[in-house]
Amino acid sequence: MINRKENMASGIDWITVVVYVVLVLIGWINIYAAVYNEEHKNIFDFSQRYGSQMILIAAAFIIATVIILVDLKVFTVSAYLLYGACILLLMLVLVVGQKVNGARSWFRIGSFGLQPAEFAKVATALALAKFMGSENIKFNNSSTFVIIGIIIGLPMLLILLQPDAGSLLVYLSFSIVLFREGLPGAFLLFGFMLGVLFITSLLLSKLLIVSIIVGAGFVAFAFFTGRYRETGLGFLLFSGLSLLLWAISAIGHLGLDYYYIIAASFVVSGIAFLVVSFFRKIRFLASFVLFLLGAILFTFSVDYVFHHALEEHQRTRMNILLGLESDPLGMGYNVNQSMIAIGSGGVLGKGFLQGTQTKYNFVPEQSTDFIFCTVGEEWGFVGTSVVIGLFLFLLLRIVAMAERQRSVFSRVYAYSVASIFFFHVAINVGMTIGLLPVIGIPLPFFSYGGSSLWSFTVLLFILLKLDSSRLELFR
Amino acid sequence: MNPYASRRYIISAIFIATVLIYLLRLAYIQIIDLSYKYSAENNSRRYVTQYPARGVIYDRNGKMIAYNEAAYDIMVTPIQLKPFDTTEFCNLLNITPKYVRDNIRLARKYSIYRSSVFLKQISAETYAVFEEKMYKYPGFFVQTRTLRKYQKKIAAHVLGYVGEADDNVIKKEPYYKMGDYIGISGIEKSYETELRGKKGVNILLVDVHNRVKGSFQNGRFDTTAVAGADLTTSLDASLQEYGEYLMQNMSGSIVAIEPSTGEILAMVSMPTYDPALLIGRSRAANYAALQRDPLKPLFFRPVMAKYPPGSTFKLLNTLIGLKEGVLSTETRYSCAGGFHFGNRVLKCHNHPSPLNLTAAIAISCNAYFCNVFRSIVENREFGSSEAGYQQWYDYVKAFGFGRKLNSDVPNELNGYVPTVKYYDKFHGAHHWNAYSIISLSIGQGELGITPIQMANMAATIANRGYYYTPHVVKKIRGRTNIDPRFKEKHTTPFDSTLYSIVVEGMYQAVNGAGTAGIGRLADIPICGKTGTAQNPHGEDHSIFIAFAPRNNPKIALAVYVENGGFGATWAVPIGSLMIEKYLKGSISRPALQDRMLTFKRKI
Ligand SMILES: [Zn+2]
Repeated sequence: MINRKENMASGIDWITVVVYVVLVLIGWINIYAAVYNEEHKNIFDFSQRYGSQMILIAAAFIIATVIILVDLKVFTVSAYLLYGACILLLMLVLVVGQKVNGARSWFRIGSFGLQPAEFAKVATALALAKFMGSENIKFNNSSTFVIIGIIIGLPMLLILLQPDAGSLLVYLSFSIVLFREGLPGAFLLFGFMLGVLFITSLLLSKLLIVSIIVGAGFVAFAFFTGRYRETGLGFLLFSGLSLLLWAISAIGHLGLDYYYIIAASFVVSGIAFLVVSFFRKIRFLASFVLFLLGAILFTFSVDYVFHHALEEHQRTRMNILLGLESDPLGMGYNVNQSMIAIGSGGVLGKGFLQGTQTKYNFVPEQSTDFIFCTVGEEWGFVGTSVVIGLFLFLLLRIVAMAERQRSVFSRVYAYSVASIFFFHVAINVGMTIGLLPVIGIPLPFFSYGGSSLWSFTVLLFILLKLDSSRLELFR
Repeated sequence: MNPYASRRYIISAIFIATVLIYLLRLAYIQIIDLSYKYSAENNSRRYVTQYPARGVIYDRNGKMIAYNEAAYDIMVTPIQLKPFDTTEFCNLLNITPKYVRDNIRLARKYSIYRSSVFLKQISAETYAVFEEKMYKYPGFFVQTRTLRKYQKKIAAHVLGYVGEADDNVIKKEPYYKMGDYIGISGIEKSYETELRGKKGVNILLVDVHNRVKGSFQNGRFDTTAVAGADLTTSLDASLQEYGEYLMQNMSGSIVAIEPSTGEILAMVSMPTYDPALLIGRSRAANYAALQRDPLKPLFFRPVMAKYPPGSTFKLLNTLIGLKEGVLSTETRYSCAGGFHFGNRVLKCHNHPSPLNLTAAIAISCNAYFCNVFRSIVENREFGSSEAGYQQWYDYVKAFGFGRKLNSDVPNELNGYVPTVKYYDKFHGAHHWNAYSIISLSIGQGELGITPIQMANMAATIANRGYYYTPHVVKKIRGRTNIDPRFKEKHTTPFDSTLYSIVVEGMYQAVNGAGTAGIGRLADIPICGKTGTAQNPHGEDHSIFIAFAPRNNPKIALAVYVENGGFGATWAVPIGSLMIEKYLKGSISRPALQDRMLTFKRKI
């Protein structure tokens, strides 16, 4: 305890700090380039965004230092308290928040804006770490699921009410943490398949999807169980029903769609299969049939939601993302401009301050959500590779850091940090290069704005603090 | 050890895989796919074309005929469009939302990156209002250009008009872009390359809100527009105007030429139209209306109308007869009410008989020239009628008939002189002779001669044997010479002495006891010849060709009055008044002039 200060400095992962500072400075330079204009050439001009970003950066450095200096207990012991405070703020913002772009997600105090959702991520990560570190969590206990569900779900629900799709999506990143902590891979796989089914049900015809589900179901069942006879009988039942329904439809001039016929026959024959599985005690068959029925039901509901529940602009946005619609003037305009900016950078870029696309306001939100465009245009492929490379380095560094923690608390928190960064970078960059839909979400350390810069700083430096004192904490 | 520790590798793999996918994507859009670079160039640069003023057109005395006025076009660059308040926009420009939709669709069809014309020729006031509000409508900007203006409503056909270049032109000539103007007819067409000048371009940097952020690279790549060359035409504006005034109630044409140079002094095509009708936004509607007009005002008669030359052709037959030695000044033929052959007769009017050559020209005896023509075609020297006719045909062609004169006025037609082959086909080979085609002797039958060819004949006779290709442009600013083809002297196969005989006949026609006596002027010796072109569709056309003064002629002309009957009634007075107007600048016979205005068109 004598050399406490010295210990602390030596315990800090300086490499991460350097990467952090480098990213923040690159971000600042790019904000300068993005909003640069002839009248305000000075990077320290406080009337411009780069000037105020400098103040925000200075404040972030102070915040980082404070976090390193304060007692660790502030974060570990009072994790739930912080979480509760953030939940309150999220509730409060729904009442007194300022509406920006249709979402009530900002507190405005004078010229200063604060986005509680950004800080709620930190609090949620702490709370999750606290809960999972408090006892030996096993993912076969339903109460565990419920509590984890509440910790992650509560802020999600409040953010959904704002609504802020970007921040909402980031909370899904906690699934990576849960996976690391033992959540069965089947859950992630199931979620992934749901995603695939969701997209295909928008892209392909329902007839094709339903046929594939049913056909693949029969083949997979026969293949994995070797019960060819039963499969054959089942298929006979299914085809007989289909034929019967088709005949009824044809004779009665009902004009039923084929996918209704196939789906209906499968539902009827599926009930028969369930009965069989109950009496012959083939448990696998029951869950398999239920899974297939669920898939069919999901397809139909996605179709219904897409065509009846979604707003026109949401539908358009989705269509553009899926390549079903190309409209450079409409919703796809931003992405198109963003890709033009990045694409025009070439290998080496146009050079510092030489970008025309980002500078002349072709790219929207150029200093915030689309800041990556400036990197792409002025620094080219070299610049984008370096920035993405730095982020990857940071992510892997955090994973390594996580794995060397002795407490579950620290590990869970570290993975939370990695996952949140990963989602932010992946969604933001994916959006600018046209791989993901336009979801307003900042690029960590780059995007202009205090809330995101500070919350990412807090997120990272709590981790660095935890890491520096990893030897003090025992589980 | 944590049982799930190995999952760190799966998680790391997800991170790495995502980054790799992104890097591949970045490599694709930044390095491989070049279309983004192209898009970027057009995105932030606005190419503002600097349209040069079109060359001004003057008459031979330096009077301005056609000049320019500033006009404003609203341009659209589809890629820069953003949703805007259509109602306000439409009110501002006085257009319908449908117009906006349709024209944006058109523009996008052309190119989403390039600008194209959205609304043509808005007024200066609308322009001022729109410019203020323009920031609200990204993707739109205003382009200044010039429109033709006319000092007087004259010479519409000769000047021609300017219109937008169509797809075919744009495809063939890359100089023209959608919305550019090009000369479509008249000298606007034939002197397009001189008149148009050279477009310039200003490259501006603009942001997505359509705000100009400065010039690209300080204007290093800008080019300035070069104004079109001014044209000085050979037209005499007041003579042209006077001709159109005289013939205001007639259909027909006047072509007046300065014989010593081939310069066209006046080229009247009636009925005519106000050239200003074919300029500006209502051009299409006006053009359609003119096209529907049964009087065919768009028809450029001086170079496109083919008429039989009538008795004026007797002059050429005289030259051929003299040259071939089958005719002399002392040759006399009697006329008993016409030319009798077989049991048919080609009628003549009542006059003393027999006549010598000069008198026959002056009073235009049909029988006399039937004899002349017969003696040419049936000349024993050639052995056959076909050979004789071929000889006659060659002389006629050499005179400039049956082919384009290759003037600088576009749309000239060949006219028609029947060939031996034609008659072989019509009558059967060896089944025809001079008598079968005797109407050629008095300029009727299958002959088709345009007024400009006719005027050129008058000029050739005035020159006693040569002509310069008639042309309407005298001088192009910045050029030392006009096309050398207008400086080339064309000679005819007849000696000037033979012409003197014809000239004497023409002098007598006006000043002696001839058919054109009504055109006589006390102080100016006019030589002329009347004609009447048979018209199977209605009343005959009245024709007069003339030149004056007799020696060192300053003007030669051909006048056609459609359905005017005898040459003497309408065409001679008009020709005579035109000559007086040109040579003296004033009119001594107001009564004759006013009578011309009483003409009633018979359609
Ligand atoms: Zn006679």
